[in-house]
Amino acid sequence: MDFLNALVALSNFVLIPAITYGSQLALGALGVTLIYGILRFSNFAHGDTMAFGTMVTILFTWWLQSMGWHLGPLPTALLALPLGILGCIALLLVTDRLVYRFYREQKAKPVILVIVSMGVMFIMNGLVRFIIGPDDQRFADGTRFLVTAREFKKATGLNEGLALKATQGITIVTAVVVVALLFWFLNRTRTGKSMRAYSDNEDLALLSGINPERVVMYTWMIVAALATIAGVLYGLDKSFKPFVYFQLLLPIFASAIVGGLGNPLGAIAGGFIIAFSEVTITYAWKKVLVYLMPEPLEPEGLVQLLSTDYKFAVSFVILLIVLLFRPTGIFKGKAV
Amino acid sequence: MNETVKNVGLFALVGALILLTGVMQSWNTAVLILNMGLISAIMAIGVNLQWGFAGLFNVGVMGFVALGGLAVVLTSMPPVKEAWAAGGLRIVAGLLLGAATIAAAVVVNKRMAKSGKRAIVMIVILVGGFFLYRGVLDPGVAAVEAVNPASTGYLGGLGLPVLLAWPVGGLLAAGAAWLVGKTALGLRSDYLAIATLGIAEIIIAIMKNEDWLARGVKNVVGLPRPLPYEIDLQQDPAFVDRVTSLGLDPVTASTMYVKLGYSILFLVVLLILLWMAQMALKSPWGRMMRAIRDNEVAAEAMGKDVTARHLQVFIIGSAICGLAGAMMTTLDGQLTPGTYQPLRFTFLIWVMVIVGGSGNNFGAVLGAMLIWFLWVQVEPIGLWLLQVLTSGMADTNPLKQHLLDSAAHMRLLTMGLILLLVLRFSPRGLIPEK
Repeated sequence: MDFLNALVALSNFVLIPAITYGSQLALGALGVTLIYGILRFSNFAHGDTMAFGTMVTILFTWWLQSMGWHLGPLPTALLALPLGILGCIALLLVTDRLVYRFYREQKAKPVILVIVSMGVMFIMNGLVRFIIGPDDQRFADGTRFLVTAREFKKATGLNEGLALKATQGITIVTAVVVVALLFWFLNRTRTGKSMRAYSDNEDLALLSGINPERVVMYTWMIVAALATIAGVLYGLDKSFKPFVYFQLLLPIFASAIVGGLGNPLGAIAGGFIIAFSEVTITYAWKKVLVYLMPEPLEPEGLVQLLSTDYKFAVSFVILLIVLLFRPTGIFKGKAV
Repeated sequence: MNETVKNVGLFALVGALILLTGVMQSWNTAVLILNMGLISAIMAIGVNLQWGFAGLFNVGVMGFVALGGLAVVLTSMPPVKEAWAAGGLRIVAGLLLGAATIAAAVVVNKRMAKSGKRAIVMIVILVGGFFLYRGVLDPGVAAVEAVNPASTGYLGGLGLPVLLAWPVGGLLAAGAAWLVGKTALGLRSDYLAIATLGIAEIIIAIMKNEDWLARGVKNVVGLPRPLPYEIDLQQDPAFVDRVTSLGLDPVTASTMYVKLGYSILFLVVLLILLWMAQMALKSPWGRMMRAIRDNEVAAEAMGKDVTARHLQVFIIGSAICGLAGAMMTTLDGQLTPGTYQPLRFTFLIWVMVIVGGSGNNFGAVLGAMLIWFLWVQVEPIGLWLLQVLTSGMADTNPLKQHLLDSAAHMRLLTMGLILLLVLRFSPRGLIPEK
């Protein structure tokens, strides 16, 4: 019984939040890794791309809500999501046309592109703050919980409750679907294969008649979709605040690098590694340990390794360890 | 000759803009812009040393600036005796234990052959050391933070003159840069960027949360000043006599006296650093740095130790940022960790360096003054512009209200636009590298 209680507490406070957060990070990291693989630079504007896509989705959500449209138990944001993705695609394609294409034609060094992406980051950040403001926005509606702690306790008779928020369920399901679609696209379709070929060897891909501008266009479109989905899921689960999305850049980059930049599978693994380490290291383990330890050994303190404010430090330390011992990441990424 | 005229003209233009602010808005604003512009110029010299001379991509400027601010508290505030008695030694012992743990792990990593045994020994050392460190540190922290938390609750500083804090800020930042450089330099350029971005966030997180160190988000206010307080000046009959004989109002005169005093202090530091950076650029060392930047492989083949030179210039550049951070905190008179934002303290400095001209010290200084001026003035200009644009709309129009409320965010947009335009049409900046 104690063991079951410990297990439930563990799932409630560690496993479910970490899986949710990990899915969000993985989707974000997939975008970073795709850009790195195909356009060959680290995109500092990715966090703000997520914020922009989410903002468009939020605006459409409000509009739909004001029109009286609802999805019943599901959040209205899901209905607005395709519109948000379209808005984000438009923004990224315009950015590429106006900004990045020039440097691509010049064959600029990757670090120049990183600096250019810093400029884009400023503009997107300003745009988002200009349109929706710098404050917290909540836009989740529909059912709040799939399973509430009280129902769970009543049904199982355990001391510990297990709550599953609707947004957590949606995040996990959406992430699985999106990742499956992405891999199907990359592995099975002609365009996906040409993208992979371009990422593996640019010259060879050009020789075999692949149109680079087309590949780049598809990449931006996929990245826009991934970024918007990741951003909306994160916003539904927590809340939307432009500055927080900017800060997400760090764990997202950590995920992509830990997994191996340019490797989609690595990005997913990296996302979960970072999420699990952040949650486990900043969680107060007392709640789980009281069930597992014999009474005299029960811990007095919270058994929290680090306070939650240091979650950036966790992703960073993992990043450093991986970089020091395996510079190309866990799954072999590419090095430009 | 032509070039010199153009450069002098550019500096004169920025000077004229600041003077215009003085005439149009107020001299107070103008001198404030000048002071922060001078500090920004010092930060830009530091970043220019790293990026312009050596091609190192450091986006952790904010962290080093914040460390400089921390140095001001640690150097100039009086020590809190009760806190030291309550748990100061315990905290010091805890920190030493933490450092010893890491040192032991590094030694084990170097001395033992790569094997499963080494991994186990290292994990035992690190995990055991961590719990030992927390076990020693935590009670000390609790005891210190319990000492009069409303006004102190931290260990305080050394009570030394505040000007001494400036070099200390440089040293503190240099120490952090050494740690970062040792681990992250030698990685690829964008990995270094991510690593420095992370370090900066960690430094801010530590400063926000470790209340025993500098009161965290409760801020340290009332830092000692190198210049007299305005109120003392106003009560000093000699000062009042002097300014009234010049026909000035004592209150305005005292604030201007203090602000211009800071300007002179900052200008002296800036000129010294600028001179040093110019000498470095012209010296064989500077030529070597640029050779490494332009072609690492060739420089290495010529027998230059690329990693060591990178570490060196990374430390020097970060130290300059730390110095500037200490100067800024002195000017503010308070340490507020919550105000350190990467967009303002890292990326804006980058805009300054790139707009001014990376690789050219005068360019960095010019870029810093110009961009800082724009950063301050874009907000009122944007507000005015929006007022003009929306003047046809009714005052109750929600769009008009939203636009006017959002005018404050114009500055990020403008900075991004300036950066992109300069990168596209004049990638070498206003004053290009020679």
